[in-house]
Amino acid sequence: MPRFLSLGDRAFTVEFAPDINAKARVAVTRLDTAIAATREDGGLEAVIDVVPTFRSLTVHYDPLVAGRAEIEAAIATLTDSPENAPAPELGLWTFPVLYGGEGGPDLPRLAEAAGITEARAIDLHASTEVEVYMLGFQPGFAFMGDIDAALRQPRLTEPRIRVPAGSVAVADRLTAVYPWESPGGWHLIGRSPIRFFDAAQTRPSLLSPSDRVTFEPVAAKRYAEIEAALQAGELQSESFRRTA
Amino acid sequence: MSGPAGTLKIRDPGPVTTVQDAGRLTARRWGVPVAGTLVPDWLFLANALVGNGEEAAGLEFWLTGPRFTVETDAVLLAVGGPAEMKVEGAEGARSVPPWTATRAERGDKVGVGRVGSGTTAVLAVSGGIDTRPVLGSRATYTRAALGGLDGRALRPGDDLPLGTQGSAEPLALGDPPIDQDDPIRVVLGPQDDHFQPEALEAFLNGQYTVTDMVDRMGMRLDGPALAHRVPELAQIASDGSVPGAVQVPGNGQPIVLLADAQTVGGYPKIATVISADLPRLARLAPGEMVRFVAVGVSEAEEHYRRKIASLRALMKQAKPTWLASGLDLRCLYAANLISGMVDMTRPDHFPGNVS
Repeated sequence: MPRFLSLGDRAFTVEFAPDINAKARVAVTRLDTAIAATREDGGLEAVIDVVPTFRSLTVHYDPLVAGRAEIEAAIATLTDSPENAPAPELGLWTFPVLYGGEGGPDLPRLAEAAGITEARAIDLHASTEVEVYMLGFQPGFAFMGDIDAALRQPRLTEPRIRVPAGSVAVADRLTAVYPWESPGGWHLIGRSPIRFFDAAQTRPSLLSPSDRVTFEPVAAKRYAEIEAALQAGELQSESFRRTA
Repeated sequence: MSGPAGTLKIRDPGPVTTVQDAGRLTARRWGVPVAGTLVPDWLFLANALVGNGEEAAGLEFWLTGPRFTVETDAVLLAVGGPAEMKVEGAEGARSVPPWTATRAERGDKVGVGRVGSGTTAVLAVSGGIDTRPVLGSRATYTRAALGGLDGRALRPGDDLPLGTQGSAEPLALGDPPIDQDDPIRVVLGPQDDHFQPEALEAFLNGQYTVTDMVDRMGMRLDGPALAHRVPELAQIASDGSVPGAVQVPGNGQPIVLLADAQTVGGYPKIATVISADLPRLARLAPGEMVRFVAVGVSEAEEHYRRKIASLRALMKQAKPTWLASGLDLRCLYAANLISGMVDMTRPDHFPGNVS
């Protein structure tokens, strides 16, 4: 049974595990799907948003519609029979990345720490299929994992003041692409031209929790072509969806 | 005064002024913070004084309000919070106190002054600020350039679009809302069990000072350090967060997350400020003192319901500005033009005429 943790008077967190593990992630995904299905059928009307994470799920609600006790009881019944939940729709993606160089200043150091060549490090990062564990930190910022063990390094002790938008980064077991310029403590290994967040869409984030992602190393010339095509609208971020 | 919507031309926005509404509540799933005003209670009241619904966007300002020129036939303006407003028009200049809606005409130059106590106040404009809603809200979130005017704070020269003007009368509050000095109420958790029992005691019995490290994202406090049970518990695998969450990093000094807080966070949260008290905390200035007291979840929900009810009750007692201020003849004339019930040019039509 999960723990129900208080997060004020308009949210609570359903915690399946104190740390990141595969079993908890499956439970989170199942409950997330079950809640979505219930809301689609007109249930849980006080619930206004649901935020899944690595190991838990935060339910945001409107206390003017219903109180925590009532919502928690309804959600507890969903955790009792998660196997009834329909399987979530999986998005599969392959995103082009220009590894190293100006956009990936930490690649040489990361390869050296692992005792492998940069080419090998690129290959390990690109070919390992990662799962979207959660969105957060920034709009559309997807925490993805697990990356290959050889590439795992703790985050920088001194975060960079400015990480450019589009930076492909790794930290510990995770990888991500920064959708926005911001400060950041992850290791930068490359750059992607994809637009991961578009506020004009009803589902503004390109990636959803549980989506599966691989990367494709591209050369500078190809990168420039893709970037130009995206900017001209000849290519959509959606085009990088792949079929099984 | 129904008519085509116009604009407010910003001459000087003040230090930081943004378009804000009640916030973006349904896109957190995608990593989008709530944003919205730090003082939703005050925006609710100021909106009501100018005849707006509670969803209307206004201007939130920090320390000093904006100066602008009215570029529409007539608008109602009201400050929510301790700041005076000056309106300079063809008929001279006048001062408008807080919690008092006033009518401004095309070409009038309006200046909202310093925030008298605390840091943050709002200006409501009839029709609302009509920038394009993004993901269901006009709230400005500058870090990802979402909402408001191009997702940023206002600049000199900006033209702020206004919504359609209705026919509301300007209202004034007889008794402005007063912030009590009581302790800020919190619900313990979600990670209160990451802290030593003495830390929980220190948090609830100690006194904290608001530091100058405060922005729309969070407020750092300074006071008794809160020790985690073991140092490793000073970090967690990120979980969901909310405005009001009190996170405690390794140095033991609490940070209260505010409107622009990230949707998830990796520091343990000892408690969460209740919705009814968060605006009161968010508008405190650096150097002010805070104490915390714990309440249960259902009690906190009840306080929130009561707070909403009390704001509505306060608005029921609002009076037309000309009645509340007595001497504002300009408003009196305007009110007469709308109602058509009395005509100031004919003394025999003035109810209660004592001359």
